[in-house]
Amino acid sequence: MFRLEPRASAPLLWQVATPVMAVIATMITGGLLFAALGFDPVASIRTIFWDPLFGPASGYSRPQLLVKAGPLILIASGLALGFRAGIWNIGAEGQYIIGAICGAAVALAAYPHEAFWIFPAMIVAGAVGGWAWGMIPALLRNWFGASEILVSLMLVYVAQKIAAWMAFGPMKNPEGFNFPGSRNLQQYPAASNPELIANTGLHWGGIAALVALVVTWFVMSRHILGFRIRTAGAAPRAARFAGVRPERLVALCLGLSGALAGLAGLFEVAGPAGQITESFGSGYGFTAIIVAFLGRLHPLGILLAGLLMALTYIGGELAQMMLNLPASTVQVFQGMLLFFLLGFDILTRYRIRRRA
Amino acid sequence: MIDPIAVFVLLLGAATPILFAALGELVVERAGVLNLGVEGMMIGGALAGFASAHATGSPALGFVAAAIAGAALSMIFAALTQFLLSNQVATGLALTLFGLGLTAMFGKPFEGVKAPSMMAGPFGLNLMIWLGLLAVPAVWWFLMRSRAGLILRAVGENHDAAHGLGYPVRKVRIAAIAFGGAMAGLGGAYISIATVLQWTEGMTAGAGWIALAIVVFAQWNPWGVLAGAWLFGGVTVLQLRLQAAGVAVPVQLLSMAPYLATIIVLVAISARQKFGRSGAGSTPGSLGQPFHALR
Repeated sequence: MFRLEPRASAPLLWQVATPVMAVIATMITGGLLFAALGFDPVASIRTIFWDPLFGPASGYSRPQLLVKAGPLILIASGLALGFRAGIWNIGAEGQYIIGAICGAAVALAAYPHEAFWIFPAMIVAGAVGGWAWGMIPALLRNWFGASEILVSLMLVYVAQKIAAWMAFGPMKNPEGFNFPGSRNLQQYPAASNPELIANTGLHWGGIAALVALVVTWFVMSRHILGFRIRTAGAAPRAARFAGVRPERLVALCLGLSGALAGLAGLFEVAGPAGQITESFGSGYGFTAIIVAFLGRLHPLGILLAGLLMALTYIGGELAQMMLNLPASTVQVFQGMLLFFLLGFDILTRYRIRRRA
Repeated sequence: MIDPIAVFVLLLGAATPILFAALGELVVERAGVLNLGVEGMMIGGALAGFASAHATGSPALGFVAAAIAGAALSMIFAALTQFLLSNQVATGLALTLFGLGLTAMFGKPFEGVKAPSMMAGPFGLNLMIWLGLLAVPAVWWFLMRSRAGLILRAVGENHDAAHGLGYPVRKVRIAAIAFGGAMAGLGGAYISIATVLQWTEGMTAGAGWIALAIVVFAQWNPWGVLAGAWLFGGVTVLQLRLQAAGVAVPVQLLSMAPYLATIIVLVAISARQKFGRSGAGSTPGSLGQPFHALR
C-alpha cells in the first residue's frame, strides 16, 4: 500500500506539471463523454482546442481569444489575492454586473454629450461599483462574522435581478421600440470601448488585465502586503503574531477583487456586449475562479489559464456550430478541469511513499 | 383577502426543497465536512428526477432516481476531498459548476415536457412535504439519540480524537456526504417535479446556496433548519403574493427578497454568535478541515 507524506514546500515541477496533467485528463475524459453522446471524440476535441487558433475559420475566432480572456484574467488576478489569504470571494459575477451597471449609468447620463472625460469617468464608476459590491460581504464579515462565501454568492442573484430591473426599467432605451435593454454604447463614441488594433480583439479591458497582472505580481512577490496575504493564508495564527490585521486584509482583498471585477464588467458593457440586458452576466465571474486555480494563483499562470479558458469558450461555440454539440459543453469541461486540477494537486502537496 | 391556511400550504411547498437540502447538508457539516456543491447536486437531482418521472410516469420513481443522482454526484466530492485531500471550498464549488453544466448538457431533450402529477397525501399535502417534515425529527433523533449519530458528531467535532478512539473518520464522512447528496437530490427534484412541473436550465436558482446559509442560521440544529426553511418559504410566498397583487414595486426587485432575506438572517445569526454569550460553540470543530491520518 501507499502512504502520503506531507511536503514542506511544493516543488516547482509539480506546480507546473499538475495543471498540464489536468488539461490532458480533461481532454481525454471529454473525448470519452463525446463518444458516449455519439460524437466523433477526436474531431470534437480538435474543434474545441485546435480549430479556433489554427482551423479554417481562425481568422474570425482568433481575435475572440483576447475578447474573452481579458475579463477572465482581470477578474482572476483579483480573486487570486483573496484566495491566497483564505478569503473566498465567490461573488465576482455580481461585482462584474454592478460594475457594468454603474459604468453604463455614467454613459447613459451623459448621452448624447461628446467629451473626453466620459470614458475615464465610466472606468472610475465601474471600479467603484464593483468595489462597493465587494465591500458588502467584507463589512458583513468584519462586523458580524457572516460568511463571505455565502453573502457574496447571494449578492450575485441580487445583482442579476438589478440588471433585469435596469434593462426593463430605469435604463431601458427610450428609442428601443419598447424592447428591454439599454442604449447600445457601441454606437456612442464617447462611451464606447472599441477594438484598439484591428483584428486583434484587444480593447482597453485587455490592457487593464495586463496591468492588473503586473501589479498583482509586484504586490504578491515584492511588497509587504503580498507577504501578509501569503502568511494569513498559510498560517493565520502566525500572521496575527506578525501584526497582520485580518479585518484589513478581508476588506482589501474583497474590495480590490470587486473593483477589478467591476472594471471587467465596465469594459464588457462598453465594448463587446454594448448594452445592459437582462442576461448581461455571462458567467465570467465564475469561470474566473477556475482561471485563478488553474493558474495556481500566480500572475503568469493566470495569464495562460485565462487564454486557455477563453479558447474553450470559443471552441465550444465553434463546436456548437460545426458539430452541433450542446452549448453547455464548455461548462462541463470547466467543471471537469477544476476537478482534475484539485485531484492532481495532491502530488504537489504530498509525497507518495510505499508503505514499509 | 389572503387565506392564512392557503398561504401556509404554499409556504410548506416553497420550504420543502430547502428543507431537504439543508437537512442533508446539516448532517454533512456535523461530520465536519463543508460541501458547497449543494446547488450542483440539487440541479442534478432536479434533472434526473424529472427525466425519470417523465419516462416512467411515476413521480415516486423520479424521486428515487433523484436521490441516487444526488448521491452519485456527491461521491465525486467525497473522492476528491476524502482520498485526494483537496480543498473543500474549491471542490464544492467545482461540483456546483459541473452539475450546472452537466444538467444543461443532458437536459435539452426534456425542455418543454410536462411532469406527471404528484401523489396527494393527507390534508391535501403531497407525500414529499410529509416526508420532509418527518425527516426533521428523524435527523434530530439520529444525531442526538443514536450511537451512530454520536460517532458522527465526534468525527465532526475533533477528527483526530475520533481517529484516536478508533472510529473510521473517512468512512463516516463518506456516508454523511452520500446522505447529503441524496437529500439535495430529493430537494432539487421537488422543484422540478412538484413545484415548477417542468425542466429548465439552472432552475434551482440558488436554492442550494440558500440551504447552506440556512444550516448556519439553524446553528447546526435540525429544528432550526425547519424554522429557517419555513422563514424562507414564507418570504418566497409573500413575495409571489405581492407580485400577483400588483404592488407598485418592479417584479425584479420583489424577486430579490429570498436572497436578501437569506443575507439578513445570516448576518443576524452570525452577529448573535459573535457578540452573544454562547460564543462559537455550535460550529462543528473540524468543519472544512481535511483529515489526514499520519498513523
